[in-house]
Amino acid sequence: MRPILLQGHERSLTQIKFNSEGDLLFSCSKDHIINVWFSHNGERLGTYEGHNGTVWTIDIDSQSRFLVSGSADNELRLWNVSDGKCLYVWEFPTAVKRVAFSDDDERVVCITEQRMGHQCVIRVFKLNHDGDGTTQSLEPEHMFSPIGSKATVCAFTYTPNLIITGHESGKIALFDVVTGTEVLNNERAHMDVVTDLQLSADRSYFVTSSKDKTARIHDTKTLRVLKTFTTETPLNSAALAPNKPYVLVGGGQEAMQVTTTSLRQGKFETRFWHKVFEEEVGRVKGHFGPINTIAVHPAGTSYASGGEDGFVRVHHFEESYFRAKPYGDLQLED
Amino acid sequence: MASLNGTSHNPIDDELDFSEIEAKYRVDFDDGFDSIIVVDGVPVIDKSKLDKLLAKISKEFSRRGAVIKPDDIFVPWDDNAGKTKGFIFVDLGNPDAAAFAANAMNGHPFDAKHTFRINRFTDIEHYASIDETYVDPTVEEYRPKEHLRAWLADSQGRDQYVTYRGDDVEIHWHGKPSQCEVAYAKKNWTELYASWSPLGTYFATLFRQGVRLWGGPSWEPQHRFAHPLVKLIDFSPCENYLVTWSHDPISVPANLPQGPEFFSPEDEGNNIAVWDIKSGQLLRTFPTATYENEDPAMKKQMQWPALKWSSDDKFVARVTPGQHISVYELPTMGLHDKKSLKIEGVVDFEWCPHGEKDKEDAEKAAKTEKTEKGAKKRENMLAYWTPEVANQPARVTLISFPSRTVLRQKNLFNVTECKLHWQNQGDFLCVKVDRHTKTKKSIFCNLEIFRVREKDYPVEVVELKDTVTDFSWEPKGERFAIVSSNDPNLGNPGPGITIKTDIGFYQLDRAKNDFKLLRTLTSRTSNTIRWSPRGRHVVLATVGSSTKSELEFWDLDFSTEERREGQNVKEEWGSGIQQLGSADHYGVTDVEWDPSGRYLATSASAWRHTLENGYAIWDFRGQELEKHILDRFKQFIWRPRPRSLLTKDQQRQIRKNLREYSRAFDEEDAAEESNVSAELIAHRKRLLDEWNAWRARCKRDIAEEKRSRGQKLNGEHHEEEKEEIEEWIDEVIEQIEEVVE
Repeated sequence: MRPILLQGHERSLTQIKFNSEGDLLFSCSKDHIINVWFSHNGERLGTYEGHNGTVWTIDIDSQSRFLVSGSADNELRLWNVSDGKCLYVWEFPTAVKRVAFSDDDERVVCITEQRMGHQCVIRVFKLNHDGDGTTQSLEPEHMFSPIGSKATVCAFTYTPNLIITGHESGKIALFDVVTGTEVLNNERAHMDVVTDLQLSADRSYFVTSSKDKTARIHDTKTLRVLKTFTTETPLNSAALAPNKPYVLVGGGQEAMQVTTTSLRQGKFETRFWHKVFEEEVGRVKGHFGPINTIAVHPAGTSYASGGEDGFVRVHHFEESYFRAKPYGDLQLED
Repeated sequence: MASLNGTSHNPIDDELDFSEIEAKYRVDFDDGFDSIIVVDGVPVIDKSKLDKLLAKISKEFSRRGAVIKPDDIFVPWDDNAGKTKGFIFVDLGNPDAAAFAANAMNGHPFDAKHTFRINRFTDIEHYASIDETYVDPTVEEYRPKEHLRAWLADSQGRDQYVTYRGDDVEIHWHGKPSQCEVAYAKKNWTELYASWSPLGTYFATLFRQGVRLWGGPSWEPQHRFAHPLVKLIDFSPCENYLVTWSHDPISVPANLPQGPEFFSPEDEGNNIAVWDIKSGQLLRTFPTATYENEDPAMKKQMQWPALKWSSDDKFVARVTPGQHISVYELPTMGLHDKKSLKIEGVVDFEWCPHGEKDKEDAEKAAKTEKTEKGAKKRENMLAYWTPEVANQPARVTLISFPSRTVLRQKNLFNVTECKLHWQNQGDFLCVKVDRHTKTKKSIFCNLEIFRVREKDYPVEVVELKDTVTDFSWEPKGERFAIVSSNDPNLGNPGPGITIKTDIGFYQLDRAKNDFKLLRTLTSRTSNTIRWSPRGRHVVLATVGSSTKSELEFWDLDFSTEERREGQNVKEEWGSGIQQLGSADHYGVTDVEWDPSGRYLATSASAWRHTLENGYAIWDFRGQELEKHILDRFKQFIWRPRPRSLLTKDQQRQIRKNLREYSRAFDEEDAAEESNVSAELIAHRKRLLDEWNAWRARCKRDIAEEKRSRGQKLNGEHHEEEKEEIEEWIDEVIEQIEEVVE
């Protein structure tokens, strides 16, 4: 089927996310706007306006009630998903690079940028779900600065108060947010900046992408690298396909270098890899710039990719995708 | 804080106690006899003439560059006779000066009766104290050496190739997918690049200290050639000799070990060295050829190989541009006939290669030499060209060697540049002549083709309107391919400019005895022609372009496949040409056929650019067999094979029974295929089991974790909620307004 092209942004995409039912798709971009779309037909439902800088990151709680967003205007905002109202604004000294909800929607973790003498800080806020959500505590429940390389991505694990972080040096670490201590780390998880981190449904393993041209699956408990997917281009995003044993990765020559090298077809593709066999099973082209972010529908029926070219492409998998068994009948645990 | 003379005067220094260090590095002056030489053959004189003698000796020494004063000379005195003893000691002050003086003054004729004989003082001590009793030299136990061509006996008949990536050098076997394996790998095996000898026997690596050759199944070091800072190497065609070149002139420090394997002071200042591979000895050194009175800014790139070998390794020649070609005989490396070939204005030359038939004849002749001498042996041939000078036209000359008789000369006019291309069997010589029009504004091209095997060396001219950028003979064949271009951008390369080219194939028309165009492929971007070493197949590649990287695989005898041999069907000229396939290897920098002509390797080297470095191997039809994208990939070279040991008859026999052989191979292939898939399935099964086991463990952990937190296990009552989205689409097909009365 033809992909649905979502043309609601004027600049490159930074992150896209499905809600837990998969009927809505949220996208944020460097044009300061957050959009929400119906995922099945690509119709725009609305926008969340208010940020005054690149919106780097968004996350939606499991009830599709709250949306949090982090932006280069140094603000973390809480939105009401259904009417687009901004409920609360936290302000920090530097830009917010990554936000994520905990699995029980109680907490939000955010990473702020290391800049202008300020260190990279990880803060955890406890959300007040009572009332209309406009009364939130200004002070974070926990905050700490990771020592060493700055964190670029993060997410809650299935254990409360334990978060996974990916770092600029390629390190992956587990932090206890209460004490702010590094519980476990894998210094050589990647050889370059970790650009994305997405968890499996039960949060027991996760996939990361990196500028070192690889995507890797790690065990949440031990941080052991389980699988490695090696490509030829720096990767910006990696996602796990539910119900199918695939990993989707996307990237491309960095935007800066694209003008100096030839535009090569086939470099801005979403690539599908078998997550257990580490073999590539397919590619989907379409973007004419590097792919910045990929998200898969929680039911595994469609996926979307957002590119440096400013477009979001929503692909609904065809019948053949579900029928195809490239490796025969396999009994594979998700 | 750096001080000028290397000593700093920190206040701390004064407090430190250096006595220990000073004691350790104290120079022992008492042992410094290295600076003293003993001069024999000095006139025996009495006291009255001593001062005069010493003054004279000092003067003679100083005149040769070894500056001494009469005070430095010690004259032993025979008190009984009242005269000197006929030898003196001279202190030169330091060992270097002593060595220099010993060299410079040894054998110096002081006067009619006296000739200086000079030894170092320490040498005399050394030789005087040699043990006089004879000791039997220990006979080294014989250790069988590995066979250097063992790789040819591979039971699977595989070829080898070497890859150089980062600091890793790896030698691979290439065969069927299951037979591909790494034969040997070593880190930091080379510091510059790697190379095979022309018959594949040796593997050469370059280090700061010199060249090392390796070989045998376990890659033992075979030889080393100490040429410091060596940059380029070249083997002679029969692998008997090695030429090395370094940009830095050879310098011989005093402590350099001496012997036939090392440079001696006579070699100082030279750049090129010739070595005997089997003995490891240095044969001769040369300076780099330089053009006379040339503008340094206009300096041409140095030609390499600087020394060109005749294909039987008997002669090696080098050109001194504009003056002469010097031919040296092997193994003495003496100038042949003690004189060079004086050729006014000579620019370049090439030896005629020996064909397989020549080699067979030579071998036969060698066997029967004793019985029938005087059988006519084919002489070596070489071709050279001279540009237009004054009133003389440019000229290509074919001479035989060593008889130095001119076989054929051809005058050419309006010549800008000539390139000599021999067909690899020595059957044809093509001189690619770049000619200019009278106004010198445009350049066009003539191909002057000498048919060397025929009487009187007939020449035929193929005239072309465009500039020819590449020319290539089909190995063992009568065809050649050219790349020509009339692109206005030709000659001013820039980023992003890909030059449009035309490819032409020509073949010798047996009936008319001239070369005729087979076919032209127009509007290509290919700039490189690579013939399969067995002929027939050819690959056209676009190399070095940032936008195009096409590979085209062509077969020149496609339709003749069906035709049985001997059956002479009149077919259309050029109808046999067929494209077998095309492919693309982004950023390709090198294209090389394997020695069997079955596979083609393309590589993108990090020496040229850093985009998608790596290599790929294709079959002759253009099907990709392997592709590896590897960061910092630098070099790929197939290991060459020596000439087949099978005789013509044996080869014919094999060709006749090809069907039988191929059946065996087909069976092998089928077995291979099922083998591979079985292996792969087993491997996948293992991965799958591992993953499932780990997932089961994970699920248990999570369940435990949640239970301990007193949570409900939401996994258990997770209901499959399925949302039905109903979309109503109203489509107005037609709207008609009717007036109802």
